Amino acid sequence: MSDKVLYVMYDDDEVLKNSAKKLVANGIKISEVFSPFPIHGIDPIIGVKNTRLGIMAFLYGLTGLTLATVGMRFFMIVDWPMNIGGKPNFSYLENMLAFVPISFEFTVMCAAHGMAITYLLRNKTLPGMPAQNPDPRTTDDKFVMEIRLSENQKVTEAELDGMLQEIGYLELDKKEIK
Amino acid sequence: MQKEAAIREPLILGHKTYHDVTEDVCRPIEDKAPKMWYILFGIALVIGLYGVGSIMYLLGTGIGVWGLNKTIGWAWDITNFVWWVGIGHAGTLISAVLLLFRQKWRMAINRSAEAMTIFAVFMAGTFPLIHMGRLWVGYWVMPIPNQFGSLWVNFNSPLLWDVFAISTYLSVSLVFWYIGLIPDFATIRDRAKKPLAKKMYSILSFGWSGRAKHWNRFELVSLVLAGLATPLVFSVHSIVSFDFATSVIPGWHTTIFPPYFVAGAVFSGFAMVQTLLLIMRKAMGLEAYIHTKHVEYMNIVIMVTGSIVGTAYITELFISWYSGVEYESYAFINRATGPYWWAYWSMMTCNVVSPQLMWFRPLRRSLLFTFFISIVVNIGMWFERYVIIVTSIHRDYIPAAWSMHFPSHIDIAVYIGTIGLFFVFFLLFARFFPVLALNEVKTILKGSGQSYKESPDYHKHH
Repeated sequence: MSDKVLYVMYDDDEVLKNSAKKLVANGIKISEVFSPFPIHGIDPIIGVKNTRLGIMAFLYGLTGLTLATVGMRFFMIVDWPMNIGGKPNFSYLENMLAFVPISFEFTVMCAAHGMAITYLLRNKTLPGMPAQNPDPRTTDDKFVMEIRLSENQKVTEAELDGMLQEIGYLELDKKEIK
Repeated sequence: MQKEAAIREPLILGHKTYHDVTEDVCRPIEDKAPKMWYILFGIALVIGLYGVGSIMYLLGTGIGVWGLNKTIGWAWDITNFVWWVGIGHAGTLISAVLLLFRQKWRMAINRSAEAMTIFAVFMAGTFPLIHMGRLWVGYWVMPIPNQFGSLWVNFNSPLLWDVFAISTYLSVSLVFWYIGLIPDFATIRDRAKKPLAKKMYSILSFGWSGRAKHWNRFELVSLVLAGLATPLVFSVHSIVSFDFATSVIPGWHTTIFPPYFVAGAVFSGFAMVQTLLLIMRKAMGLEAYIHTKHVEYMNIVIMVTGSIVGTAYITELFISWYSGVEYESYAFINRATGPYWWAYWSMMTCNVVSPQLMWFRPLRRSLLFTFFISIVVNIGMWFERYVIIVTSIHRDYIPAAWSMHFPSHIDIAVYIGTIGLFFVFFLLFARFFPVLALNEVKTILKGSGQSYKESPDYHKHH
């Protein structure tokens, strides 16, 4: 299905946010915003849900803690209990204090790397991926809203143009996609 | 947009637009490198290669080439290790702890401070690896199933805790740094004209496009990484101090070590940041972003951590007497009045006296004075580790075994070599990487930029 995409450009984050607010109030669905830095407060306006990566970080951390605990219990208590200075290790608990540093470090390592890898995969930002921003200036000082006609069946293209004229913009670019 | 009190000094001087920020940071990368860069790079490379050569000689011959003897079995290797790890503490502290405290001034310095951290930890990691003598079996420090039966590394040993602490710290810092770099690489990619540069930055930027959802994730990932890295910063140097504190050597067996080492690490790390940034801001024309106020903030951190270190030295001295243990007292009397008195008093002057000068506002706002003190502090912090390590063991329980440590040519060459390599890395970073978190700086431009703060509209309510 062919679709038409409107790229509405602004040169200020606040202006884009206000325009987005007005468009959304008129029932327009904004499918994406490209910006050089995070625009605070844009997410609820265009309907971007908060990320759940924080929960993932917690789960990865929990995995790390479990692995460290199971590992150290096996190495130090089960497989080769060391007798150091006549003080053997009979149980994990008796020796637990010595395992605190590594349990902590390994938890942090798993949480941080697990989250970072998930972040890159979810974003599809990986080495060699092509850039997808519609205009190279959006990583410098321009802010672009992407509006798809297929997602806004209620209005015609002309009505949308009129609305945008009224709200104002810096540049408007239209692209047909197949 | 977040507003600030009018009396707060602006963090970005002059009239800058978003585009100016991009220009100012990208220009030094896109232009030809100045002649000075080649000269400095050449010098650093020669010194670094000399260090690499010395390491090869060491690995080929054995660690007998160091000036160690039967009494002093640990000297420059561990001193340099702790010194470099300490320096590597500022970067993550700046980006993680200051992020949690919402300190906006971090944005101008976090990128280069983190780069410095990573390179310093590289240098630090070199020492434990080469002191094994047989570098090729370095992987034995990992708990890997092996052909020796159920033989595992000792998880009760602080030296193994160190392996985990340093590798976690290095890899997490690297990830934190790189995730912040991705959007900035995208900016350079979108500006690049030469095909090779375009290709390279395209690979480095991972195809970042600045979508709203991605920025949402970016901010959360930065926050959670900061939350994870904050206790990590404190744990790493605590664990390094356990290498000494859990032993029974008088002078090492001290419960005050963890906080005192952490404060010392932050102290030396910030000093190194000052040394590097004072030159970099000038050489790269970033005076509008890293200015007197940033230097002053960092000097206050140096003053506070320097005072903690000073208090720790004096507490340690008092406790050695108060403990009533004669070996413990002697270890400290010997430090101050024994054959290594010069090292002890250099440490005291550099680390206790010099940071106190920062109480004077004109001094802590003077760039020249700051540069001088930053070097003094790093010399002092090297002496601190040398004093703790060498003077505690050179006179042990049996006077017949008393000895002195004289560094060999290789000791010195390896140490100087790591400084050379560190600068090789840092100069490459300054040449090809965005040295300022340029897209993050744009977020504070309207709140903390001079021209915005001085405009009549700034204090009106919207």
